Amino acid sequence: MITLTLTELRLFLRERSGPAFGVGLPLLLLVIFGNLPFYNKHRDDLGGLTLLDTYVPILVAFVLAMLALNVLPPVLAGYREKGVLRRLRTTPVGPVRVLAAQLIVMLLTAVVSVAALLLVARFAFGVVLPRQFAGFLLTILLAALALLAVGLLVTAAAPGGRAANALGAVVFYPLVFLGGLFLPIQTMPATLRHLSHATPMGAAVTAMQDASNGHWPHWLALVTLLAWAAGAAVLAARLFRWE
Amino acid sequence: MGSVIEVEHLHKSYGGTVAVDDVSFTVGQGEIFGILGRNGAGKTTTVECLVGLRRPDRGTVRVLGRDPQRDHAEVTRRVGVQLQDSQLPERLRVGEAMRLYQSFYPEPADSRELLAQLGLAGRERTPYGKLSGGQKQRLSIALALVGRPRIAVLDELTTGLDPHARRDTWDLIAGIRAGGVTIVLVTHFMPEAERLCDRIALIDAGRVLVTGSPGELIARAGQPTLEDAFVSLTGRNA
Repeated sequence: MITLTLTELRLFLRERSGPAFGVGLPLLLLVIFGNLPFYNKHRDDLGGLTLLDTYVPILVAFVLAMLALNVLPPVLAGYREKGVLRRLRTTPVGPVRVLAAQLIVMLLTAVVSVAALLLVARFAFGVVLPRQFAGFLLTILLAALALLAVGLLVTAAAPGGRAANALGAVVFYPLVFLGGLFLPIQTMPATLRHLSHATPMGAAVTAMQDASNGHWPHWLALVTLLAWAAGAAVLAARLFRWE
Repeated sequence: MGSVIEVEHLHKSYGGTVAVDDVSFTVGQGEIFGILGRNGAGKTTTVECLVGLRRPDRGTVRVLGRDPQRDHAEVTRRVGVQLQDSQLPERLRVGEAMRLYQSFYPEPADSRELLAQLGLAGRERTPYGKLSGGQKQRLSIALALVGRPRIAVLDELTTGLDPHARRDTWDLIAGIRAGGVTIVLVTHFMPEAERLCDRIALIDAGRVLVTGSPGELIARAGQPTLEDAFVSLTGRNA
Protein backbone atom coordinates (compact mmCIF):
# COMPACT_ATOMS: atom_id res chain seq x y z
CA MET A 1 0.00 0.00 0.00
CA ILE A 2 2.92 2.35 0.74
CA THR A 3 4.59 1.64 -2.60
CA LEU A 4 1.25 2.08 -4.33
CA THR A 5 0.54 5.42 -2.64
CA LEU A 6 4.06 6.71 -3.34
CA THR A 7 3.74 5.65 -6.96
CA GLU A 8 0.41 7.46 -7.33
CA LEU A 9 1.87 10.52 -5.60
CA ARG A 10 4.86 10.53 -7.95
CA LEU A 11 2.57 10.27 -10.99
CA PHE A 12 0.41 13.09 -9.63
CA LEU A 13 3.42 15.39 -9.21
CA ARG A 14 4.82 14.38 -12.58
CA GLU A 15 1.54 15.24 -14.29
CA ARG A 16 1.94 18.86 -13.10
CA SER A 17 -1.62 19.91 -13.90
CA GLY A 18 -2.82 18.43 -10.57
CA PRO A 19 -0.48 20.51 -8.38
CA ALA A 20 -1.00 23.54 -10.64
CA PHE A 21 -4.80 23.50 -10.33
CA GLY A 22 -4.97 22.14 -6.79
CA VAL A 23 -2.31 24.32 -5.18
CA GLY A 24 -1.00 26.96 -7.59
CA LEU A 25 -4.25 28.41 -8.93
CA PRO A 26 -5.98 28.99 -5.57
CA LEU A 27 -2.80 30.64 -4.23
CA LEU A 28 -2.60 32.82 -7.33
CA LEU A 29 -6.23 33.89 -6.86
CA LEU A 30 -5.51 34.74 -3.23
CA VAL A 31 -2.52 36.86 -4.19
CA ILE A 32 -4.50 38.68 -6.89
CA PHE A 33 -7.51 39.34 -4.62
CA GLY A 34 -5.20 40.29 -1.76
CA ASN A 35 -3.61 43.02 -3.85
CA LEU A 36 -6.90 44.61 -4.93
CA PRO A 37 -7.95 47.50 -2.63
CA PHE A 38 -11.61 46.60 -3.31
CA TYR A 39 -11.11 43.29 -1.47
CA ASN A 40 -9.53 44.93 1.57
CA LYS A 41 -12.29 47.43 2.43
CA HIS A 42 -14.39 46.69 5.52
CA ARG A 43 -17.96 46.29 4.39
CA ASP A 44 -21.20 46.64 6.26
CA ASP A 45 -23.01 44.02 4.14
CA LEU A 46 -20.33 41.51 5.24
CA GLY A 47 -20.69 42.38 8.92
CA GLY A 48 -17.67 44.66 8.91
CA LEU A 49 -15.35 42.07 7.37
CA THR A 50 -13.34 42.61 4.23
CA LEU A 51 -14.17 40.76 1.07
CA LEU A 52 -10.82 39.00 1.40
CA ASP A 53 -11.80 37.67 4.84
CA THR A 54 -14.83 35.98 3.33
CA TYR A 55 -12.83 34.76 0.33
CA VAL A 56 -10.33 32.64 2.26
CA PRO A 57 -12.96 29.98 3.16
CA ILE A 58 -14.26 30.19 -0.42
CA LEU A 59 -10.77 29.49 -1.77
CA VAL A 60 -10.35 26.59 0.69
CA ALA A 61 -13.57 25.04 -0.62
CA PHE A 62 -12.41 25.84 -4.17
CA VAL A 63 -9.26 23.75 -3.54
CA LEU A 64 -11.33 20.78 -2.39
CA ALA A 65 -13.74 21.05 -5.33
CA MET A 66 -10.88 21.44 -7.80
CA LEU A 67 -9.12 18.31 -6.59
CA ALA A 68 -12.27 16.23 -6.20
CA LEU A 69 -14.00 17.21 -9.44
CA ASN A 70 -11.31 18.28 -11.90
CA VAL A 71 -8.24 16.30 -10.89
CA LEU A 72 -9.45 12.96 -9.48
CA PRO A 73 -12.13 11.85 -12.00
CA PRO A 74 -10.02 12.04 -15.20
CA VAL A 75 -7.22 10.04 -13.55
CA LEU A 76 -9.47 7.26 -12.27
CA ALA A 77 -11.70 7.12 -15.34
CA GLY A 78 -8.53 7.08 -17.47
CA TYR A 79 -7.23 4.13 -15.46
CA ARG A 80 -10.47 2.31 -16.07
CA GLU A 81 -10.48 3.15 -19.77
CA LYS A 82 -6.90 1.94 -20.26
CA GLY A 83 -7.44 -1.32 -18.40
CA VAL A 84 -5.15 -0.34 -15.51
CA LEU A 85 -7.87 -1.27 -13.02
CA ARG A 86 -8.75 -4.46 -14.88
CA ARG A 87 -5.12 -5.57 -14.74
CA LEU A 88 -4.99 -4.82 -11.02
CA ARG A 89 -8.03 -7.01 -10.45
CA THR A 90 -5.85 -9.97 -11.39
CA THR A 91 -3.31 -9.17 -8.65
CA PRO A 92 -3.64 -9.83 -4.91
CA VAL A 93 -3.86 -6.08 -4.32
CA GLY A 94 -6.98 -5.35 -6.32
CA PRO A 95 -8.19 -2.00 -7.64
CA VAL A 96 -9.84 -0.74 -4.44
CA ARG A 97 -6.44 0.16 -3.05
CA VAL A 98 -5.59 2.28 -6.09
CA LEU A 99 -8.73 4.21 -5.35
CA ALA A 100 -7.67 4.54 -1.74
CA ALA A 101 -4.16 5.62 -2.78
CA GLN A 102 -5.63 8.30 -5.06
CA LEU A 103 -7.86 9.58 -2.25
CA ILE A 104 -4.84 9.77 0.07
CA VAL A 105 -2.90 11.74 -2.55
CA MET A 106 -5.85 14.15 -2.95
CA LEU A 107 -6.15 14.63 0.82
CA LEU A 108 -2.40 15.22 1.21
CA THR A 109 -2.51 17.82 -1.56
CA ALA A 110 -5.52 19.47 0.06
CA VAL A 111 -3.66 19.69 3.38
CA VAL A 112 -0.63 21.34 1.73
CA SER A 113 -2.78 23.69 -0.34
CA VAL A 114 -5.08 24.77 2.51
CA ALA A 115 -2.13 25.31 4.86
CA ALA A 116 -0.43 27.47 2.21
CA LEU A 117 -3.63 29.50 1.69
CA LEU A 118 -4.17 30.17 5.40
CA LEU A 119 -0.52 31.07 6.00
CA VAL A 120 -0.19 33.38 2.99
CA ALA A 121 -3.51 35.03 3.85
CA ARG A 122 -2.37 35.51 7.42
CA PHE A 123 1.15 36.74 6.89
CA ALA A 124 0.95 38.50 3.52
CA PHE A 125 -2.54 40.02 3.79
CA GLY A 126 -3.32 40.12 7.52
CA VAL A 127 -6.37 37.83 7.37
CA VAL A 128 -6.73 36.37 10.87
CA LEU A 129 -6.60 32.59 11.19
CA PRO A 130 -9.97 30.91 11.83
CA ARG A 131 -10.87 31.65 15.44
CA GLN A 132 -12.85 28.42 15.93
CA PHE A 133 -10.03 26.33 14.50
CA ALA A 134 -11.38 22.87 15.43
CA GLY A 135 -14.72 23.68 13.82
CA PHE A 136 -12.88 24.93 10.75
CA LEU A 137 -10.87 21.70 10.45
CA LEU A 138 -13.91 19.50 11.00
CA THR A 139 -15.73 21.37 8.24
CA ILE A 140 -12.80 20.91 5.86
CA LEU A 141 -12.72 17.19 6.58
CA LEU A 142 -16.46 16.77 6.00
CA ALA A 143 -16.35 18.98 2.90
CA ALA A 144 -13.45 16.94 1.52
CA LEU A 145 -15.41 13.72 2.07
CA ALA A 146 -18.54 15.17 0.47
CA LEU A 147 -16.74 16.55 -2.59
CA LEU A 148 -14.54 13.47 -3.07
CA ALA A 149 -17.66 11.33 -2.94
CA VAL A 150 -19.21 13.52 -5.65
CA GLY A 151 -15.93 13.18 -7.59
CA LEU A 152 -16.18 9.39 -7.38
CA LEU A 153 -19.76 9.62 -8.56
CA VAL A 154 -18.57 11.64 -11.57
CA THR A 155 -15.90 8.98 -12.18
CA ALA A 156 -18.49 6.23 -11.96
CA ALA A 157 -20.88 7.99 -14.33
CA ALA A 158 -18.31 8.93 -16.99
CA PRO A 159 -17.31 6.30 -19.54
CA GLY A 160 -13.72 7.49 -20.04
CA GLY A 161 -11.01 9.96 -19.05
CA ARG A 162 -12.19 12.73 -21.37
CA ALA A 163 -15.83 12.35 -20.46
CA ALA A 164 -14.84 12.50 -16.80
CA ASN A 165 -12.97 15.71 -17.48
CA ALA A 166 -16.02 17.27 -19.10
CA LEU A 167 -18.54 15.97 -16.56
CA GLY A 168 -16.30 17.08 -13.69
CA ALA A 169 -16.23 20.61 -15.11
CA VAL A 170 -20.01 20.63 -15.62
CA VAL A 171 -20.47 19.84 -11.92
CA PHE A 172 -17.59 22.06 -10.79
CA TYR A 173 -18.66 25.45 -12.14
CA PRO A 174 -22.21 25.61 -10.73
CA LEU A 175 -20.88 24.32 -7.42
CA VAL A 176 -18.14 26.94 -7.08
CA PHE A 177 -20.64 29.61 -8.15
CA LEU A 178 -23.03 28.48 -5.42
CA GLY A 179 -20.04 28.39 -3.05
CA GLY A 180 -19.69 32.12 -3.65
CA LEU A 181 -16.55 32.28 -5.78
CA PHE A 182 -18.06 34.95 -8.02
CA LEU A 183 -20.61 36.41 -5.64
CA PRO A 184 -20.35 35.94 -1.86
CA ILE A 185 -23.23 33.91 -0.43
CA GLN A 186 -24.20 36.72 1.95
CA THR A 187 -24.92 39.00 -0.97
CA MET A 188 -26.96 36.45 -2.97
CA PRO A 189 -30.75 36.80 -3.36
CA ALA A 190 -32.64 34.66 -0.82
CA THR A 191 -33.62 31.85 -3.22
CA LEU A 192 -30.10 31.46 -4.47
CA ARG A 193 -28.79 31.54 -0.92
CA HIS A 194 -31.10 28.70 0.14
CA LEU A 195 -30.06 26.69 -2.90
CA SER A 196 -26.43 27.38 -2.07
CA HIS A 197 -26.81 26.13 1.49
CA ALA A 198 -28.09 22.81 0.19
CA THR A 199 -24.94 22.19 -1.88
CA PRO A 200 -21.71 20.84 -0.43
CA MET A 201 -19.84 24.00 -1.47
CA GLY A 202 -22.36 26.41 0.02
CA ALA A 203 -22.65 24.43 3.24
CA ALA A 204 -18.86 24.16 3.52
CA VAL A 205 -18.23 27.86 2.87
CA THR A 206 -20.95 28.97 5.30
CA ALA A 207 -19.64 26.64 8.00
CA MET A 208 -16.04 27.75 7.47
CA GLN A 209 -17.04 31.42 7.57
CA ASP A 210 -18.84 30.79 10.87
CA ALA A 211 -15.71 29.09 12.22
CA SER A 212 -13.49 31.93 10.96
CA ASN A 213 -15.57 34.35 12.99
CA GLY A 214 -15.23 32.28 16.13
CA HIS A 215 -18.56 30.39 16.09
CA TRP A 216 -19.05 26.65 16.02
CA PRO A 217 -20.44 25.82 12.53
CA HIS A 218 -24.20 25.43 12.33
CA TRP A 219 -25.14 21.77 12.71
CA LEU A 220 -27.34 21.92 9.62
CA ALA A 221 -24.32 22.75 7.44
CA LEU A 222 -22.34 19.83 8.89
CA VAL A 223 -25.26 17.44 8.44
CA THR A 224 -25.66 18.66 4.85
CA LEU A 225 -22.01 17.78 4.17
CA LEU A 226 -22.37 14.38 5.80
CA ALA A 227 -25.51 13.66 3.79
CA TRP A 228 -23.73 14.54 0.54
CA ALA A 229 -20.75 12.37 1.50
CA ALA A 230 -22.92 9.36 2.33
CA GLY A 231 -25.40 9.77 -0.54
CA ALA A 232 -22.80 10.30 -3.27
CA ALA A 233 -20.57 7.51 -1.93
CA VAL A 234 -23.42 4.98 -1.90
CA LEU A 235 -24.52 5.95 -5.40
CA ALA A 236 -20.92 5.91 -6.69
CA ALA A 237 -20.35 2.45 -5.21
CA ARG A 238 -23.47 1.15 -6.97
CA LEU A 239 -22.57 2.68 -10.31
CA PHE A 240 -18.83 2.10 -10.26
CA ARG A 241 -17.41 -0.36 -12.79
CA TRP A 242 -13.80 -1.52 -12.84
CA GLU A 243 -13.80 -1.90 -16.61
CA MET B 1 -3.29 -36.31 -10.79
CA GLY B 2 -1.01 -33.37 -11.27
CA SER B 3 -3.61 -31.15 -12.85
CA VAL B 4 -3.49 -27.48 -11.82
CA ILE B 5 -6.47 -26.19 -13.78
CA GLU B 6 -9.82 -27.94 -14.12
CA VAL B 7 -12.65 -26.41 -16.11
CA GLU B 8 -15.92 -28.31 -16.31
CA HIS B 9 -18.95 -27.35 -18.39
CA LEU B 10 -18.17 -23.66 -18.17
CA HIS B 11 -21.01 -21.49 -19.47
CA LYS B 12 -21.16 -17.72 -19.65
CA SER B 13 -23.48 -15.40 -21.52
CA TYR B 14 -23.87 -11.64 -21.62
CA GLY B 15 -27.46 -10.57 -21.94
CA GLY B 16 -28.75 -12.86 -24.65
CA THR B 17 -25.37 -13.57 -26.25
CA VAL B 18 -23.66 -16.82 -25.38
CA ALA B 19 -19.92 -16.19 -25.10
CA VAL B 20 -18.97 -19.60 -23.74
CA ASP B 21 -21.47 -22.40 -24.22
CA ASP B 22 -19.86 -25.50 -22.75
CA VAL B 23 -16.12 -25.64 -22.22
CA SER B 24 -14.20 -28.31 -20.32
CA PHE B 25 -10.48 -29.00 -20.15
CA THR B 26 -7.73 -29.75 -17.68
CA VAL B 27 -4.19 -28.45 -17.64
CA GLY B 28 -1.40 -30.53 -16.10
CA GLN B 29 1.35 -29.26 -13.86
CA GLY B 30 4.22 -27.84 -15.93
CA GLU B 31 2.35 -27.97 -19.22
CA ILE B 32 2.21 -25.29 -21.88
CA PHE B 33 -1.45 -25.38 -22.77
CA GLY B 34 -2.79 -23.48 -25.77
CA ILE B 35 -6.29 -22.09 -26.15
CA LEU B 36 -6.94 -21.53 -29.83
CA GLY B 37 -9.96 -20.30 -31.68
CA ARG B 38 -11.29 -17.72 -34.07
CA ASN B 39 -12.27 -14.23 -32.97
CA GLY B 40 -15.34 -14.38 -30.78
CA ALA B 41 -14.95 -18.12 -30.16
CA GLY B 42 -14.97 -17.57 -26.39
CA LYS B 43 -11.22 -17.71 -25.62
CA THR B 44 -11.03 -14.44 -23.74
CA THR B 45 -14.14 -15.10 -21.66
CA THR B 46 -12.78 -18.52 -20.76
CA VAL B 47 -9.52 -16.95 -19.61
CA GLU B 48 -11.36 -14.21 -17.72
CA CYS B 49 -13.22 -16.89 -15.77
CA LEU B 50 -9.90 -18.64 -15.06
CA VAL B 51 -8.29 -15.58 -13.49
CA GLY B 52 -11.40 -14.51 -11.56
CA LEU B 53 -12.35 -11.48 -13.64
CA ARG B 54 -15.74 -13.01 -14.45
CA ARG B 55 -18.14 -15.23 -12.59
CA PRO B 56 -19.31 -18.24 -14.65
CA ASP B 57 -23.06 -18.68 -15.08
CA ARG B 58 -22.70 -22.46 -14.88
CA GLY B 59 -19.98 -25.04 -14.49
CA THR B 60 -16.92 -25.13 -12.29
CA VAL B 61 -13.46 -23.65 -12.54
CA ARG B 62 -10.67 -24.85 -10.27
CA VAL B 63 -7.25 -23.25 -10.33
CA LEU B 64 -4.71 -24.96 -8.06
CA GLY B 65 -7.71 -26.61 -6.43
CA ARG B 66 -9.38 -23.29 -5.68
CA ASP B 67 -12.32 -21.28 -6.94
CA PRO B 68 -10.97 -18.07 -8.59
CA GLN B 69 -14.06 -16.19 -7.42
CA ARG B 70 -14.23 -17.35 -3.81
CA ASP B 71 -10.49 -17.61 -3.18
CA HIS B 72 -9.58 -14.58 -5.25
CA ALA B 73 -6.63 -13.47 -3.12
CA GLU B 74 -5.14 -16.95 -3.02
CA VAL B 75 -5.50 -17.52 -6.76
CA THR B 76 -4.21 -14.08 -7.80
CA ARG B 77 -1.09 -14.58 -5.66
CA ARG B 78 -0.16 -17.69 -7.63
CA VAL B 79 -1.35 -16.81 -11.11
CA GLY B 80 0.44 -14.23 -13.26
CA VAL B 81 -1.64 -12.65 -15.99
CA GLN B 82 -0.86 -10.84 -19.20
CA LEU B 83 -4.02 -9.25 -20.57
CA GLN B 84 -4.54 -8.29 -24.16
CA ASP B 85 -5.62 -4.69 -23.82
CA SER B 86 -4.54 -3.35 -20.50
CA GLN B 87 -2.09 -0.49 -20.35
CA LEU B 88 -0.19 1.38 -17.66
CA PRO B 89 -0.18 5.10 -16.81
CA GLU B 90 1.78 6.97 -19.53
CA ARG B 91 4.28 8.52 -17.16
CA LEU B 92 4.96 5.46 -15.05
CA ARG B 93 8.54 4.35 -15.65
CA VAL B 94 9.51 0.76 -16.37
CA GLY B 95 11.46 0.41 -13.11
CA GLU B 96 8.60 1.93 -11.11
CA ALA B 97 6.08 -0.42 -12.68
CA MET B 98 8.28 -3.38 -11.77
CA ARG B 99 8.74 -2.19 -8.17
CA LEU B 100 5.01 -1.54 -7.85
CA TYR B 101 4.08 -5.02 -9.04
CA GLN B 102 6.84 -6.56 -6.91
CA SER B 103 5.18 -4.97 -3.88
CA PHE B 104 1.98 -6.93 -4.61
CA TYR B 105 3.56 -10.36 -4.08
CA PRO B 106 5.20 -12.06 -1.10
CA GLU B 107 8.31 -13.36 -2.92
CA PRO B 108 8.82 -11.39 -6.11
CA ALA B 109 11.38 -12.17 -8.79
CA ASP B 110 14.43 -10.01 -9.42
CA SER B 111 13.36 -7.10 -11.59
CA ARG B 112 16.72 -6.49 -13.30
CA GLU B 113 17.09 -10.12 -14.30
CA LEU B 114 13.55 -10.33 -15.65
CA LEU B 115 13.91 -7.11 -17.65
CA ALA B 116 17.20 -8.36 -19.10
CA GLN B 117 15.56 -11.63 -20.16
CA LEU B 118 12.86 -9.64 -21.93
CA GLY B 119 15.28 -7.31 -23.65
CA LEU B 120 14.36 -4.32 -21.50
CA ALA B 121 17.70 -3.93 -19.72
CA GLY B 122 18.63 -0.27 -19.32
CA ARG B 123 15.02 0.84 -19.87
CA GLU B 124 14.21 1.26 -16.15
CA ARG B 125 13.83 5.03 -16.43
CA THR B 126 11.78 5.06 -19.63
CA PRO B 127 8.15 6.11 -19.14
CA TYR B 128 5.56 3.57 -20.31
CA GLY B 129 4.19 6.05 -22.85
CA LYS B 130 7.58 6.27 -24.58
CA LEU B 131 7.96 2.51 -25.10
CA SER B 132 7.37 0.95 -28.50
CA GLY B 133 4.48 -1.47 -28.92
CA GLY B 134 6.79 -4.44 -28.62
CA GLN B 135 8.45 -3.06 -25.51
CA LYS B 136 5.05 -2.46 -23.87
CA GLN B 137 4.15 -6.03 -24.66
CA ARG B 138 7.38 -7.34 -23.13
CA LEU B 139 6.91 -5.22 -20.02
CA SER B 140 3.44 -6.65 -19.58
CA ILE B 141 4.95 -10.15 -19.80
CA ALA B 142 7.54 -9.15 -17.19
CA LEU B 143 4.76 -7.92 -14.88
CA ALA B 144 2.93 -11.23 -15.34
CA LEU B 145 6.02 -13.09 -14.18
CA VAL B 146 7.32 -10.78 -11.46
CA GLY B 147 5.31 -12.47 -8.70
CA ARG B 148 6.95 -15.86 -9.40
CA PRO B 149 3.58 -17.39 -10.35
CA ARG B 150 2.88 -21.12 -10.44
CA ILE B 151 0.66 -20.50 -13.45
CA ALA B 152 1.12 -17.82 -16.09
CA VAL B 153 -1.86 -16.93 -18.28
CA LEU B 154 -0.70 -15.10 -21.38
CA ASP B 155 -3.22 -13.62 -23.83
CA GLU B 156 -1.78 -12.92 -27.30
CA LEU B 157 1.77 -13.37 -26.06
CA THR B 158 3.76 -12.18 -29.06
CA THR B 159 1.29 -9.93 -30.88
CA GLY B 160 3.18 -6.87 -32.04
CA LEU B 161 6.65 -8.36 -31.56
CA ASP B 162 9.17 -8.58 -34.39
CA PRO B 163 10.50 -12.05 -35.29
CA HIS B 164 13.62 -11.72 -33.15
CA ALA B 165 11.75 -10.53 -30.08
CA ARG B 166 9.17 -13.25 -30.69
CA ARG B 167 11.80 -15.98 -30.69
CA ASP B 168 13.46 -14.54 -27.58
CA THR B 169 10.06 -14.55 -25.86
CA TRP B 170 9.44 -18.15 -26.89
CA ASP B 171 12.80 -19.11 -25.40
CA LEU B 172 11.91 -17.24 -22.23
CA ILE B 173 8.57 -19.04 -21.95
CA ALA B 174 10.24 -22.40 -22.51
CA GLY B 175 12.77 -21.50 -19.80
CA ILE B 176 10.05 -20.50 -17.36
CA ARG B 177 8.21 -23.74 -18.00
CA ALA B 178 11.44 -25.62 -17.34
CA GLY B 179 11.36 -23.96 -13.90
CA GLY B 180 8.04 -25.72 -13.20
CA VAL B 181 5.58 -22.95 -14.12
CA THR B 182 2.44 -24.00 -15.94
CA ILE B 183 1.58 -21.80 -18.89
CA VAL B 184 -1.78 -21.10 -20.50
CA LEU B 185 -1.33 -19.45 -23.86
CA VAL B 186 -4.16 -17.79 -25.77
CA THR B 187 -3.13 -17.27 -29.34
CA HIS B 188 -4.09 -16.69 -32.93
CA PHE B 189 -0.62 -17.36 -34.14
CA MET B 190 -0.33 -20.97 -35.25
CA PRO B 191 3.48 -21.27 -35.55
CA GLU B 192 3.65 -20.14 -31.94
CA ALA B 193 1.16 -22.74 -30.77
CA GLU B 194 2.84 -25.44 -32.84
CA ARG B 195 6.25 -24.62 -31.45
CA LEU B 196 5.41 -24.03 -27.78
CA CYS B 197 2.29 -25.92 -26.78
CA ASP B 198 2.24 -29.43 -25.38
CA ARG B 199 -1.51 -29.58 -25.78
CA ILE B 200 -4.14 -27.39 -27.35
CA ALA B 201 -7.85 -26.88 -26.83
CA LEU B 202 -9.47 -25.68 -30.03
CA ILE B 203 -12.53 -23.61 -29.17
CA ASP B 204 -15.25 -22.79 -31.64
CA ALA B 205 -18.60 -21.09 -31.01
CA GLY B 206 -18.17 -21.43 -27.25
CA ARG B 207 -17.36 -25.15 -27.28
CA VAL B 208 -14.20 -27.21 -27.24
CA LEU B 209 -13.94 -28.75 -30.69
CA VAL B 210 -10.93 -30.91 -29.97
CA THR B 211 -8.12 -31.22 -27.44
CA GLY B 212 -4.73 -32.72 -28.14
CA SER B 213 -1.09 -32.14 -28.99
CA PRO B 214 -0.32 -30.08 -32.10
CA GLY B 215 0.74 -33.32 -33.81
CA GLU B 216 -2.58 -35.00 -32.96
CA LEU B 217 -4.58 -32.06 -34.26
CA ILE B 218 -2.64 -32.05 -37.51
CA ALA B 219 -3.03 -35.81 -37.93
CA ARG B 220 -6.71 -35.67 -37.10
CA ALA B 221 -7.39 -32.99 -39.68
CA GLY B 222 -5.14 -34.72 -42.21
CA GLN B 223 -3.39 -31.46 -42.95
CA PRO B 224 0.29 -30.53 -43.34
CA THR B 225 0.47 -27.76 -40.71
CA LEU B 226 -1.38 -26.66 -37.60
CA GLU B 227 -2.65 -23.61 -39.46
CA ASP B 228 -4.24 -25.80 -42.12
CA ALA B 229 -5.61 -28.08 -39.41
CA PHE B 230 -7.08 -25.04 -37.62
CA VAL B 231 -8.82 -23.79 -40.76
CA SER B 232 -10.13 -27.21 -41.64
CA LEU B 233 -11.33 -28.04 -38.10
CA THR B 234 -13.07 -24.71 -37.50
CA GLY B 235 -14.95 -25.41 -40.68
CA ARG B 236 -15.09 -22.03 -42.32
CA ASN B 237 -12.57 -19.78 -43.96
CA ALA B 238 -10.48 -18.22 -41.22
